[in-house]
Amino acid sequence: MPDVSWDSYSLLAVYSSMAVYAIAFIAFAFDVARRRDPAEVRERELVAAGGGTTTTATETPTRGPRRNLAKVGFALTVLAWVLHVAGTVMRGIAAGRVPWANMYEFALTSIAIIVGIFVFAQLWRDLRFLGVYITGLATVFLGVATVNFYVSPTPLPPALQSYWLVIHVFVAALGTGFFALGSGLSILQLIRSRASGLAYVDRLPGASALEDLSYRVSVMGFIFWTFTLIAGAVWAEHAWGRYWGWDTKEVWTFVIWVVYAGYIHARATRGWRGTRSAWLQLIGFAAILFNFTIVNVYFKGLHTYSGLPE
Amino acid sequence: MSSRSSDSAKAAKADAAAAAKVARDDAGHDPMRPSDHVDGTPQTEAAGGPRLGPVGWLRFAWRQLTSMRTAIVLLLMLALAAVPGSLVPQRSSDPNGVIAVRDANPDLVWLYDALQLHDVYTSPWFSAITILLLVSLVGCVIPRMRHHWAAMRARPPKTPARLSRLVGFQTVPGDASDVDRAEGVLRRLGYRTERYGDSVSAERGYLRETGNLIFHASIVVIVVAIVAGSGFGFQSQRLVVEGEGFSLSGASLDTLNTGQWVSADDLPGFGIHLDELDVVYETENVDAIGQPLDFTAFVQVTEDGDTHPGQIRINEPLRVQGSDLYLISNGYAPQITVTNADGTVVFDEIVPFLAQDNEMTSLGVIKLPDGLAEQVGLQGFFYPSAAQLDTGAYASYYPDLLNPLLSLQVYTGDLGLDDGVPQSVYQLDTEDMEQVAGRDSAEPALLIGPGETVDLPDGLGTISFEGIRRYAVIDVHRDVTQGWVLGGAIALVAGLLASLLIPRRRLWVKATEQGLELAGLARGEDPRLEGAVDDLARRLRGDDADDLPPKHRWGRATEPGRAADDDPK
Repeated sequence: MPDVSWDSYSLLAVYSSMAVYAIAFIAFAFDVARRRDPAEVRERELVAAGGGTTTTATETPTRGPRRNLAKVGFALTVLAWVLHVAGTVMRGIAAGRVPWANMYEFALTSIAIIVGIFVFAQLWRDLRFLGVYITGLATVFLGVATVNFYVSPTPLPPALQSYWLVIHVFVAALGTGFFALGSGLSILQLIRSRASGLAYVDRLPGASALEDLSYRVSVMGFIFWTFTLIAGAVWAEHAWGRYWGWDTKEVWTFVIWVVYAGYIHARATRGWRGTRSAWLQLIGFAAILFNFTIVNVYFKGLHTYSGLPE
Repeated sequence: MSSRSSDSAKAAKADAAAAAKVARDDAGHDPMRPSDHVDGTPQTEAAGGPRLGPVGWLRFAWRQLTSMRTAIVLLLMLALAAVPGSLVPQRSSDPNGVIAVRDANPDLVWLYDALQLHDVYTSPWFSAITILLLVSLVGCVIPRMRHHWAAMRARPPKTPARLSRLVGFQTVPGDASDVDRAEGVLRRLGYRTERYGDSVSAERGYLRETGNLIFHASIVVIVVAIVAGSGFGFQSQRLVVEGEGFSLSGASLDTLNTGQWVSADDLPGFGIHLDELDVVYETENVDAIGQPLDFTAFVQVTEDGDTHPGQIRINEPLRVQGSDLYLISNGYAPQITVTNADGTVVFDEIVPFLAQDNEMTSLGVIKLPDGLAEQVGLQGFFYPSAAQLDTGAYASYYPDLLNPLLSLQVYTGDLGLDDGVPQSVYQLDTEDMEQVAGRDSAEPALLIGPGETVDLPDGLGTISFEGIRRYAVIDVHRDVTQGWVLGGAIALVAGLLASLLIPRRRLWVKATEQGLELAGLARGEDPRLEGAVDDLARRLRGDDADDLPPKHRWGRATEPGRAADDDPK
């Protein structure tokens, strides 16, 4: 039985997290816009003069005041994320089930996963230069989700009453999270390989280091997406009597899979490495966003679980 | 005591691109990769050169077809080709949508037909892309399979002459007597090793290529299984009212599609009787009142002269004799009798009405060609919970039977049943008919509650609404190859995991006058190669490998030939 008060607490937490994401975005944006400060220039010259260090730019020490804004942005992102996860969990409590059974809930969960992957990736690499992209994405998407997709918690229709809902949809969200992070890295790769002069761009790792990172993250996304596709087929066989029927959502999940398969091949092909493969990554992520928004709302098909009035 | 020389590291970085090339020529070359693969042999002969005979041209075309570039282009074409099928309704998934789109755009019908936009996924152009992609895949994978089979039984390659150009090159103290120990360490780490004089050559990660090949082979298995499945299976549907049944034979089914290697005689011989369709609606959550929560069809299965009960639910199909039974949709079927002016019953049937919305407002048709003074057609709505709107029209406000009501318009004239053109039982062709009761005529539409009888206009007779039952639409089908498809899919995931996550790399340890030289070579993506060489060095020095800072354990995102441009310039 849905509990109205849990849902309102959930909304409160989600709105708060949006506000904090927005502030984090501003902090990261100031970090991006900041001009090169003299101390940094001096240090860079020293590094250049010293030559043979094997330290890549990703591992540039973060001491000194020059990374303070990014630090503030990251701390705020973590805070916003905690609020966001709390809001998502409370939504699940309100509905009495997993919080990803309609468009609003799926947006809530998958954005939490996108940011979560960014936050935890910090244990692996310093990716704070992506902060402006991730927090911007989170603010805008959460805004769209709460304004356009919000519906009150309702019970599951029979077709969704399956443990596959837990697996299939959650894995899809995980895949989306990795692809989102990869898309940020690919965008920066494209910027890095062209423009220069902006201090923020010069501080970034090299284009090929960004490409490597994007590839490693996107490969994780591809593995989860493959699993999503197969789990979806198994579930479709149970619920609809066929494992594959070219339903609009199936078509787009397939299209995304094929585009990323092309991306992975491009990474291993002379003449396609670099800029071209980055564009493929971005086409793939654009297809994911299209699949989630336009296909969900406007296309007719069996995956009509947005919960939005027609 | 780090003996890692920053000078040699610098040198390795400085001409890393050249180093990688030399390294590949020395040892890492992969002749069985397509020539444009980053690990493949670059094409040197002049393709399309002046003296290319027919065989040469064929070989050239084949090499083009199996190249990585072609694979990428075909993949992108496949993705693009799949899109129109989501924009235009498909006959396979949305036949009513197809009719609606064609009715709405009569000027575009020729285009839909010319491009087969209603059958995209079985169209020749879509199939052509798929087949080319498969041929390209097979052409690429088979030589690699042969090569990999040999490679798995071959010895790790000879130690390159100059290790200093390879990844992670470093020297640790030791001499020729330590090479045995190094070989032992490498073996414990899962490497296959081979001694070449005072050096040991080691390779690991053969499973990466195995996984890659399994992944690609699985795709072929899945496609073949899908094609075969459509030939050996069948699919059928039947609308069945509570209290009625059907048997699995062509005559008793509403639709039956059999694969080309299946005849109607091959259908399993069982019968299904629907006792009851139980539907549960939400009644408490104000945001979801009337939302269905559960559908359960209670059936009796008759097979081999024996009858036993069964249930079909959404997400829980019933399996009988290798066929699966699914609950596809449901609706209401009023029982209607019509009596002519003489008092003779001319019609007594349970008529399924098709649901039009979530509140189960249902549309139905009754055709009365014989027995009355003239041909009569009735068309109208069934409202399970009727409420009158301000406009005077009725609507259903809840999907369950709270206030059932039939509202029928009456037509007289020619039903058009004798034209020889097959008609749908759910549609009334009113072209040659005149409305005698309803919105467009003097008399209002007939309103009939359960158990009521009302007069038909013009003294034609009477009509009674005797009762109401639910019906279920049950899908019966058999897909003999879906187990193969699932098996292929599982193999595909396993292959994918191995091919993307297992690093394939070579390591060498060589005793020189300076000590033991160590270096590695990546085969395919291997961002942790440098970390692996560092780790080996640590083990050979006798350090404890476990108390390292995490940074080092993760290694760095460097790769031969790619690290140079990351340095601050």
